[in-house]
Amino acid sequence: MAETTKPIPRVTPELAPFFEAGKHGQLVVQKCESCGTLRFPPRPLCSRCLSPHAVWTPVSGRGEVYSFNVMHQVYHPGFAPEIPLAVVVIKLEEGAKMLSNLVGIKPHEIKCGMPVEVVFERLSDEVTLPKFRPVR
Amino acid sequence: MSLRAKCAIAGLGMTKMGKNYDHPNATGFAIEAIQLALADAGLERSDIDGLLVNPGITWMDNPMLSVALQQAMGLENLRLTALMQLGGATAAAMVMHAAQSIAAGMANVVACVFADAPLRPPAPKTEKGSNGGGSAAAYGFARGLDAAYGQFGVNAEYALVARRHMHLYGTTNDHLGEIAVAQRAWANLNPQAQFYGHPMNMADYHSSRWVVEPFHLYDCCLVSNGAVCVIVTSAERAKDLNQPPVYILGMGQGHPGGEVMDTLTSGAPLAKQTAFRMAEVELKDIDLCQFYDCYTFTVLVTLEDYGFCRKGEGGAFVEGGRIAPQGVLPVNTGGGELSSFYMWGMTPLSEGVIQIRGEGGKRQVPKHDLCLVSGNGGVLVTHSTLVLGSKP
Repeated sequence: MAETTKPIPRVTPELAPFFEAGKHGQLVVQKCESCGTLRFPPRPLCSRCLSPHAVWTPVSGRGEVYSFNVMHQVYHPGFAPEIPLAVVVIKLEEGAKMLSNLVGIKPHEIKCGMPVEVVFERLSDEVTLPKFRPVR
Repeated sequence: MSLRAKCAIAGLGMTKMGKNYDHPNATGFAIEAIQLALADAGLERSDIDGLLVNPGITWMDNPMLSVALQQAMGLENLRLTALMQLGGATAAAMVMHAAQSIAAGMANVVACVFADAPLRPPAPKTEKGSNGGGSAAAYGFARGLDAAYGQFGVNAEYALVARRHMHLYGTTNDHLGEIAVAQRAWANLNPQAQFYGHPMNMADYHSSRWVVEPFHLYDCCLVSNGAVCVIVTSAERAKDLNQPPVYILGMGQGHPGGEVMDTLTSGAPLAKQTAFRMAEVELKDIDLCQFYDCYTFTVLVTLEDYGFCRKGEGGAFVEGGRIAPQGVLPVNTGGGELSSFYMWGMTPLSEGVIQIRGEGGKRQVPKHDLCLVSGNGGVLVTHSTLVLGSKP
């Protein structure tokens, strides 16, 4: 394989449950066991109530495009074939937000508020990355 | 005890900006700027007893940087020193720390300096490719999972916030372009500006390449090598020095926390409250503004957050050249970070000093007694406000 591949995230202890769930096609985020606030990316404490106790909880994978940009500069050669590439912020219907990409849609067709659902892209044996597609 | 007009900016030192390779690193630029500021004020190196340092992106490797700079410059017997880092809000925050210390009798003459050197000299023609410097190299970092999704750099982060503003309030690239064109017009009255002699109209703005939508190239600030130093001392002492004192009438900070994208609001409302109360001024008293402008969008949000218009109406506010030369509200009269030079919070602060003194040449605003200066760091997460005045 001669082409330069996109960066594959490292499976840190903090993110291991997220990638493990992804392997099985499930989207999970952290949930504070004390006040129930959802959060992503993971943090050691709940920034609302400061409880250190959290579990990873499945979410529906449905949400909407909260905002997006369209990258025109190549910062990493692995993305060169995909430029212009839209990076989106998804607001999950449960409330948490996460950064992602959309599949099955051109950057200039994306609109804020557009309903989306999760799909998974397998990058390696360890890492399966959640992405989103428009709900038709 | 109010600190209103207790202290003043008595010296300003600015190196050449932009593709300036006079020094191999930021330390050299910093020392040059401090020397220029001392000469401007009519002070000696030995007068400095306080040194505050805000390192730019290429100068962040030493957590005890201010002490290293003290050694490099041979400064002795300092009563005050610190490395300070609130991003683009730091310059004004350094002035606050200096003024507080001076008013408390803990220091007398405080040099506040920013320096950076992200640009490298052009590579010899035989070498191929990038010389490793510039904006993408310095500011193109990715955090956490961002890289896996292709999200690199500060431009991309601000772009997400700007897009949300467009979605909620109908802000357009025409609105952002108004700001870019206005500041370029100011820059063309400023021979020190990197874009002096490069006029730009709305068509030029729209045809400039996309960096990351919704930002064109001319929505984004410049990248500059150089340094700026301001010297703060007591108002009493400032009166006896070379330059007309630039009185520090009001000071405040605001760091709202939470998710910026939810509120689309900077720390300006909080910082303004403290600063305007101290200065005993209202918005209508302000003659001109020097706003932190890492992006056109930052200016738009800052106008809203200080209350020049309501939230979401920044786009309509800037229409018709309102902040351009001959407009009713002079903003970023040197061209700002977009069109003059990028020294983080020192860009608006230095132009505020120049205008209050009346040294703006062709760009001098006729009424320049009260200048509002803002600093902003991260993606609208830190904010600092200064109200500068020509009279105590």
